[in-house]
Amino acid sequence: MASSNAPSNVLSQLWRNKESRGVIIQIFTMVIVFGLLAVIARNVVINLEAVGKEFSFDFLFWPAGYDIGFSPFIEYTNKSTHFMSGVVGLLNTLLIAFWGCILATILGFVIGIMRLSSNWLVSRVSYVFVEFVRNVPVLIHILAIYAIVVTILPSTKQAISLGGDLFFLSNRGFYIPAPIFESGAGWVGIVLLISIGLVIAFKRRAKRIQDNTGRIYPVFWISLAILTVLPSLALVAMDTPISWDIPALKGFNFQGGMAVKPEFIALWLGLSYYTAAFIAEIVRAGILAVSHGQTEAAHALGVRPNRTLQLIIIPQALRIIVPPLCSQYLNLTKNSSLAIAIGYMDITATLGGISLMQTGKEMETMLIVMGIYLIISLLISSFMNWFNSRIKLTER
Amino acid sequence: MKQKTTAVLSAAALVLGVAGTTQAGTLEDVQSQGVLRCVVSTGIAGFAQPDASGVWKGFDIDFCRATAAAVLGDANKIEAVTSTGKTRFTKLNAGEGDVLWRNTTITFSRDVGVKLRFHGVNYYDGQGFMVKKSLGVNSASELDGASVCIQTGTTTELNLADYFSANGMKYEPVTIETNDEARQNYESGRCDVYTTDASGLASTRSALPNPDDHMVLPEIISKEPLGPATRHGDDQWSDIVTWVLNATITAEELGVTMGNVDQMRSSNNPEVLRLLGVDGSQGQELGLSNDWAYQIIKQVGNYGEIFERNIGVDTPLGIARGLNALWTEGGLMYSPPFR
Repeated sequence: MASSNAPSNVLSQLWRNKESRGVIIQIFTMVIVFGLLAVIARNVVINLEAVGKEFSFDFLFWPAGYDIGFSPFIEYTNKSTHFMSGVVGLLNTLLIAFWGCILATILGFVIGIMRLSSNWLVSRVSYVFVEFVRNVPVLIHILAIYAIVVTILPSTKQAISLGGDLFFLSNRGFYIPAPIFESGAGWVGIVLLISIGLVIAFKRRAKRIQDNTGRIYPVFWISLAILTVLPSLALVAMDTPISWDIPALKGFNFQGGMAVKPEFIALWLGLSYYTAAFIAEIVRAGILAVSHGQTEAAHALGVRPNRTLQLIIIPQALRIIVPPLCSQYLNLTKNSSLAIAIGYMDITATLGGISLMQTGKEMETMLIVMGIYLIISLLISSFMNWFNSRIKLTER
Repeated sequence: MKQKTTAVLSAAALVLGVAGTTQAGTLEDVQSQGVLRCVVSTGIAGFAQPDASGVWKGFDIDFCRATAAAVLGDANKIEAVTSTGKTRFTKLNAGEGDVLWRNTTITFSRDVGVKLRFHGVNYYDGQGFMVKKSLGVNSASELDGASVCIQTGTTTELNLADYFSANGMKYEPVTIETNDEARQNYESGRCDVYTTDASGLASTRSALPNPDDHMVLPEIISKEPLGPATRHGDDQWSDIVTWVLNATITAEELGVTMGNVDQMRSSNNPEVLRLLGVDGSQGQELGLSNDWAYQIIKQVGNYGEIFERNIGVDTPLGIARGLNALWTEGGLMYSPPFR
């Protein structure tokens, strides 16, 4: 009798035990999750087979056949492969994410600190900016800026000329002279690298002296002097081996020089100030979280207000700021896929857009694009985690 | 972004959808829904565009209505499933629409690679260029260095790349998702040239504030046979769409119009009688009622009437029949016989 009841007894005992019940529930959840995934995978295979499509990535090595208007880093023609068009798109995504994060951070810090200013006007302006920007969808911001750039700026024929016909502003982009490096330019580059090395060495030395003696060097001005004087001397010594390719209107468009396209400008500004509004609030929260006693203590010791902010408040505030800041960088990077709305050729527009359309490989292209965004986001997260662990409170 | 969401939804349908949406039985599905879902464009004047009261009108819409008249007996039982150039095939293949009537060029890669079934041509088109007259350009060969607005996800994108590289010219592609955005960019001067199928250019030009300030260049750089498409794997449904198109063309050839279709039922011409279902059982063989073609012509009209009503010379688009005239009148419109 007792032996036939044993298994159900064991089960009910396991169920009553809090720990083993937890394990059982976890196992069931896992079975359900994996079961769902299996159903999805099976459905994909069956559905693709039903329309007679093969799941394969061979198309990546077929010629793409279309042109891309914005490929600043690598040579791309319509004879390149879909793989290359994906690379161009990826580089454009990284470009916008990189400059977007930088501008968003600068704007965000400035606006966040302005918001805390004791000047009524400054803090109200910042308040209104934040509330306006973050309560309108980012796509609308991007479209609005694009419309402004394209409709308000003049056409190429009436381009606004700046700095004596060196810079031109039109609705086809902002044209600037491009440097042409001649022989000897390499030496100038080397001198520039050396002066950067010198600046780093000097900074370390200045910090050590300050730590030991308390003496403070004007690090910024000395660094600036090193960075400008040495390379200029090298330039003169090598008889200026750098000339400039100046943009000029030929036919329909400006030829020569470098162009910052309106699509890039709109996406960059839109993403940056939208994200900056969120960063401003994060910065404000971080600074307010540092106890006012810290400021008072610094002032009591005679530390100037600027230095108080730089050396005492911000380092402590950063511990609170960095984790949510990371999320904002991730948001900005992923929001950059809105590029397609204004025709900026990012990875979603090239591989996930035109290539998808020309080859009919929805599943494959979407999987690649998702994988790429995942990898970029994970890289950003791991960098920010590393940075976070560097600045976190060191307990002794 | 609506287009993007729908692309994702279509992909999701591919993931989660029941494996049955793409198999035979579209006719039964449509008849049990009581409405025909046509994949159409997001708005091209004359071809598919909602009017002031939100009712879809246009050349492609009329063919959708003709299909509904044949299948459901009522041309008004249609639902327009809008799609961009990019999402149209995904939507069709994921089963969000029953048939695609959407200025779609028939190509090898779409037929074979995207796994579509094409059913003949309802409009012979070709890619052209539109410029502002003030540019002083008279030929596409003068466009070296120009900025060109182009709709993404279309064959025009590939033709453009081929044309410019074959002629050793450079250009800046400005890639836009819909016809409206392309028009805005063209109007504001972001690009010098707008390129798409000549029919689309006529449509866009008619919608510009001063159509006379713009001209379509004489060069036609590609063959763009536009036609309806359905999914692979449903032969009966494919036959129906094929013969709906053929019925409109044959009706024009036989002189059957909206106005005289009732008198024509007592015609002496045996082919007219077969077409209108008075003799024979062609409708039943398709799985439809025998008066299917009668319903098409009675409710929507023949090919010529559909053409002239939406895009013909008396409309703002003002397109002449040209290649789209009947074969008996020097065009390419030619339907196999109803026999």
